[in-house]
Amino acid sequence: METTLTPAPAASAPASLKTTPMLQLRDIEKVYQTDTIETVALNRVNLTINKGEFVSIMGPSGCGKSTLLSLMGLLDEPTGGVIEIDGRAVTSYSDKELARVRNHKIGFIFQSFHLINDLSVLDNVELPLLYRAGLSSKERRQRAQQALERVGLSARTRHFPSQLSGGQRQRVAIARALAGAPEIILADEPTGNLDSVMGEEIMELLLSLNRDQGTTVVMVTHDENMAHKTERLIRFFDGSQVS
Amino acid sequence: MLLSYLKLAWKVLLRRKFFTFISLFGISFTLMVLLVVVAFFDNSFGAHYPESRIDRLTFAQFLHVKFKDGGNMNTPPSYYLLDKYVRPLRTPEKVAIASNFHATPSYVGNRKLDLDLRYTDANFWQILDFNFREGRAFLEADVKAAAHVAVINRSTARQYFGTETGVVGRTIVVNQTNYRVLGVVDDVPAMRFSSYADVWVPLSVSPDDLQQVKVNGDYLAIILAKSADDIPAVQAEFENAMKRVPLPDPKNQQFLELHADRLIASFSRQLMSPLTDYKSDGMELLYPIMAGLALLFMLLPALNLVNINVSRIMERSSEIGVRKAFGATGGTLVGQFLVENIFLTLIGGVLGLLLAYGALQLISGAQLLAYAQFEMSWRIFAWALLVTVFFGVLSGVYPAFKMSRLQPVQALKASGK
Repeated sequence: METTLTPAPAASAPASLKTTPMLQLRDIEKVYQTDTIETVALNRVNLTINKGEFVSIMGPSGCGKSTLLSLMGLLDEPTGGVIEIDGRAVTSYSDKELARVRNHKIGFIFQSFHLINDLSVLDNVELPLLYRAGLSSKERRQRAQQALERVGLSARTRHFPSQLSGGQRQRVAIARALAGAPEIILADEPTGNLDSVMGEEIMELLLSLNRDQGTTVVMVTHDENMAHKTERLIRFFDGSQVS
Repeated sequence: MLLSYLKLAWKVLLRRKFFTFISLFGISFTLMVLLVVVAFFDNSFGAHYPESRIDRLTFAQFLHVKFKDGGNMNTPPSYYLLDKYVRPLRTPEKVAIASNFHATPSYVGNRKLDLDLRYTDANFWQILDFNFREGRAFLEADVKAAAHVAVINRSTARQYFGTETGVVGRTIVVNQTNYRVLGVVDDVPAMRFSSYADVWVPLSVSPDDLQQVKVNGDYLAIILAKSADDIPAVQAEFENAMKRVPLPDPKNQQFLELHADRLIASFSRQLMSPLTDYKSDGMELLYPIMAGLALLFMLLPALNLVNINVSRIMERSSEIGVRKAFGATGGTLVGQFLVENIFLTLIGGVLGLLLAYGALQLISGAQLLAYAQFEMSWRIFAWALLVTVFFGVLSGVYPAFKMSRLQPVQALKASGK
């Protein structure tokens, strides 16, 4: 078993920051339309995530949690409403501008890891840095290496995802999300495919990131225990926020 | 980043071995055929032995007579026509007149050799760059004296005398006529219709009545311009000279025409005549038609490759989604997949080049065309490279574009299905 975490630098988010909006959703709607059926996935959602917060989102399957996370991460476009990141509405951004925001401000962690199997662990972690201008190859390697050290996988840089356990893969995915030093991490059921021990380990990692580095974290989960470890719990039902 | 793309491309190729095989087979086989065709074309019409100064040469070899009843006659011109109207031209540096070649029997003991015999003047040897292994060409004096002398190629020397050396001064009997061998030259490939033969002898020993007044015959003129830039002036003077040629039968004939064309244009004029009705050399049609045919030939494997590429790229939708999620733009991804595809086609190109080399060796060895030695030149290699990259872009652009339009969330969902 790998060591799970190296001591993180003390950089906890000041309380004042936690009142500064990082991400705001105003009247967000998402409707999936086919020839015959219209499905409302999100219905006029208004939500503010402040800087340095750790928020979890819960709700039954199909309630729109993952859709919400995709919209927050600019992976999808809302049918209506406005998304603001750092006070700027990004809804009308071009492909290039959206890519830049994703690259600089957002880190993703997916339930099924979404690692690129043909790339080594180090190459996977380096991925966000490939799309960042002004970084030399050496700098990219160093930052990816540091991110892997942060999740306790520095000894596995040359391995490929298929050679790792589920927990290790998710830690690689977390390292990838961390490599670009994003301001917000969006985690879609990060422990969903892991056993309870591995799940706890990953949760601890996310908590420490939030606590020690002040990274804003939004996590979709089905697990009440995990959700109660976060600062704020938002519940969704049928595309609407219920608490 | 490029290195990362190439590493990934290599891994993907190794992972999907069957797709890779199909793709590489399609690319390399298509390129092989194209390269063989290009090599054949280049060896037939490019600057090759002995027509190495091809950029300064024009050829007058097809006479066209239009009849008043709508009929056409295409025939080589006569010696009389070329000698009277073409040889005196002032603009060219030199004009050579030669007959077409014909198979002529010769015997070595009881063994019959069919030797291709051509009658030429002395200028023929000055305009064309023959490699003399030994001896020399015949001179103006030999032609004037109707000397029974001959230049033979190495294969004829070997077959007739059993050796390629020391045959100068010996006698070769062709069509029951004795000729003293003056020189031995390297074999000329049969694709060089205007210069090829096994045995070359002076025009003056031809059994034809060279001074007979007629326009049709069995001869051709090879005209050397002072420089490549001078060719239009040569052609203009040539056209003027042809206007002075009287019609042999004005009652039935409407006009006659003979042109000084560049080598490829002289064939294009004949080939394209159904479309141009002899009003031009047809070059303005030949190249687009050839390019169109090549494109059509490449289109089928390219479409196949597009199809394979679409499925190959789409099965990497997770990767596409992840790359977009972490900051890749659509344009960056198009670039990545194009690089990968060009990498694949370059591998196919190298294989195609090797296959083409092997095929050309086989074709040369089979001697389907006498003395044809198809060679891969740097020029052909450059063409191959160009065609390969074009092929790579052609087959990669659509799948890459289609993929780059995906929303990241769609790409990630598709991979989860």
